[in-house]
Amino acid sequence: MDFRRVKDYFSWLYYQYQIISCCAVLEPWEQSMFNTILLTIFAMVVYTAYVFIPIHIRLAWEFFSKICGIHSTLSS
Amino acid sequence: MRSWAGNLSGSSLIHPQRTSIHPGERSDCRKIAGQVGLAGSQFATQYIKSQNGKPHFYEKPVVESFEEAPLHVMVFTYMGYGIGTLFGYLRDFLRNSGIEKCNAAVEREEQKDFVPLYQNFENFYTRNIYMRIRDNWNRPICSAPGALFDVMERVSDDYNWTFRFTGRIIKDVINMGSYNFLGLAVRYDESMRTVKDVLEEYGVGVASTRHEMGTLNKHKELEDLVAQFLNVEAAMVFGMGFATNSMNIPALVGKGCLILSDELNHASLVLGARLSGATIRIFKHNNMQSLEKLLRDAVIYGQPRTRRAWKKILIMVEGVYSMEGSIVNLPQIVALKKKYKAYLYIDEAHSIGSVGPTGRGVVEFFGMDPQDVDVFMGTFTKSFGAAGGYIAGRKEFHSQGAPRMSRSSPADSAEEQDLVDYLRVHSHSAVYATSMSPPIAEQIIRSMKFIMGLDGTTEGLKRVQQLAKNTRYFRQRLNEMGFIIYGNEESPVVPLLLYMPGKVAAFARHLLNRKIGVVVVGFPATPLAEARARFCISAAHTREMLDTVLEALDEMGDLLHLKYSRNKKSARPELYDETSFELDD
Repeated sequence: MDFRRVKDYFSWLYYQYQIISCCAVLEPWEQSMFNTILLTIFAMVVYTAYVFIPIHIRLAWEFFSKICGIHSTLSS
Repeated sequence: MRSWAGNLSGSSLIHPQRTSIHPGERSDCRKIAGQVGLAGSQFATQYIKSQNGKPHFYEKPVVESFEEAPLHVMVFTYMGYGIGTLFGYLRDFLRNSGIEKCNAAVEREEQKDFVPLYQNFENFYTRNIYMRIRDNWNRPICSAPGALFDVMERVSDDYNWTFRFTGRIIKDVINMGSYNFLGLAVRYDESMRTVKDVLEEYGVGVASTRHEMGTLNKHKELEDLVAQFLNVEAAMVFGMGFATNSMNIPALVGKGCLILSDELNHASLVLGARLSGATIRIFKHNNMQSLEKLLRDAVIYGQPRTRRAWKKILIMVEGVYSMEGSIVNLPQIVALKKKYKAYLYIDEAHSIGSVGPTGRGVVEFFGMDPQDVDVFMGTFTKSFGAAGGYIAGRKEFHSQGAPRMSRSSPADSAEEQDLVDYLRVHSHSAVYATSMSPPIAEQIIRSMKFIMGLDGTTEGLKRVQQLAKNTRYFRQRLNEMGFIIYGNEESPVVPLLLYMPGKVAAFARHLLNRKIGVVVVGFPATPLAEARARFCISAAHTREMLDTVLEALDEMGDLLHLKYSRNKKSARPELYDETSFELDD
């Protein structure tokens, strides 16, 4: 039963997305085109986040720890 | 005299003008509270007491609200229009380059080098956004527009470029869109017998204008009745409501006069003002400071180059604004007009017959004197179930000091004419337009007698009260559910804000599937981001019909996520009004 409620909720969310972005009034080929473009952009964002954010965080951590590390060696 | 408190701090200029004060009388008490305090919404609460101390029928606060939507709603609305625009550019490109067949209007081959006709934003919007949701407008109906009506079913095979009728009729659709405030627009029944008799005696066509041979005794009877209804001296009726405004304002004002018109005035008023050639200045909707500033500038600086005094200053407002549902702030406007010696023209198209304890319009709603308003204009379309318009006011000169409306040069003959007699001679509509058809005049006579109680029953008064009850109930329930509703609590026109174009289309289509007919309005009749559905309550709606509609709206609100209001009122106000609570043991 829970699956049905979850499924209903997601189909309601999809319907909201459709009416807010005017997909509900576009023709089917326009809808497919818009969905494809949006999914492509979303996929690229996810890929970029997965590949590049850990590297950037590691570099930023090293940079700041070097500054704080210099302070601590001077004080000790 | 007490100056107005609250939002008029800083401008101590408005005092309610009163001609006489009796010693034991209650003074005017007008408070405007909470105008600036509530975040995100504007509420104006006025306590209205009558001017001569007698208790007025409506001695309770009058609340008008125009709540703002949450920020994410506006963002999504503009985003939706942005996506629609992008796809519009794409489709325009496909059409121009010949990949797709163009169904819209285009110029002929020979005219391609001329100035483009169809490239402005209005045409772009019509071609690309309006066309996609066009099936929600211009729906043909095939019965009388009563509380229930029949709609012809139509479908489109090519995405709303063309329609065809399937031949089926959707019967008994609840009518929430027609201007049928008192339920008088119904099919023939025995109470309309006099209309049938007049039809048999006079026929339908008049075949002449008022000046030539088109003035019938029915018109005279109707004009006397209208004057009696409104408690003024005289009235004149015309065949068409729009033409009443646009053809008579040019006769009243001209070059050298100043028109101060409200931001949201109807197209007929705007057209009449432009045709007259007078200077037009616009003040913010129902905003008395804006109006006062314009009046002061007009009186101080006069006409633009010559600095002469304006020949006449005319303030044009409407009684009930049909897109916002707000009621004009009449007491303050009359106070301003008396102070700065201007004239007041009030268009009561939606408020005559539907507002006020006995249906006489906004003047009665506020308990004011009809002598304070110079020109009353109204239409018979909305509450009387007919067609046409009227202009009413003073008939003739009575005393030396009375201000004159007419444009004629000051003459000292005994036949100086004032408003209505002047219009009988100088109105364009009287000279060129056909006069009102006799069965329609009889229908108006019948309706007016019905409302006034002259036919011997109290049915008319009961209908007016039923309309007020229905209005209050409907608005209260919608506020409790959490929708954003514009306008005054007492106005029978209820705009429900939808904002996004996709929701506008979905709303209208879903409700028609449930056999409820509503009118949705978008750009350009409303601002771009404020599309709305407009309900017109009628006295013919029963409680069950209203409950059906409210239930459907509740489900629509959940399905389409329309309940944006952050000022939801509770359904049980007596619980939080209590000053002490007792716990049950």
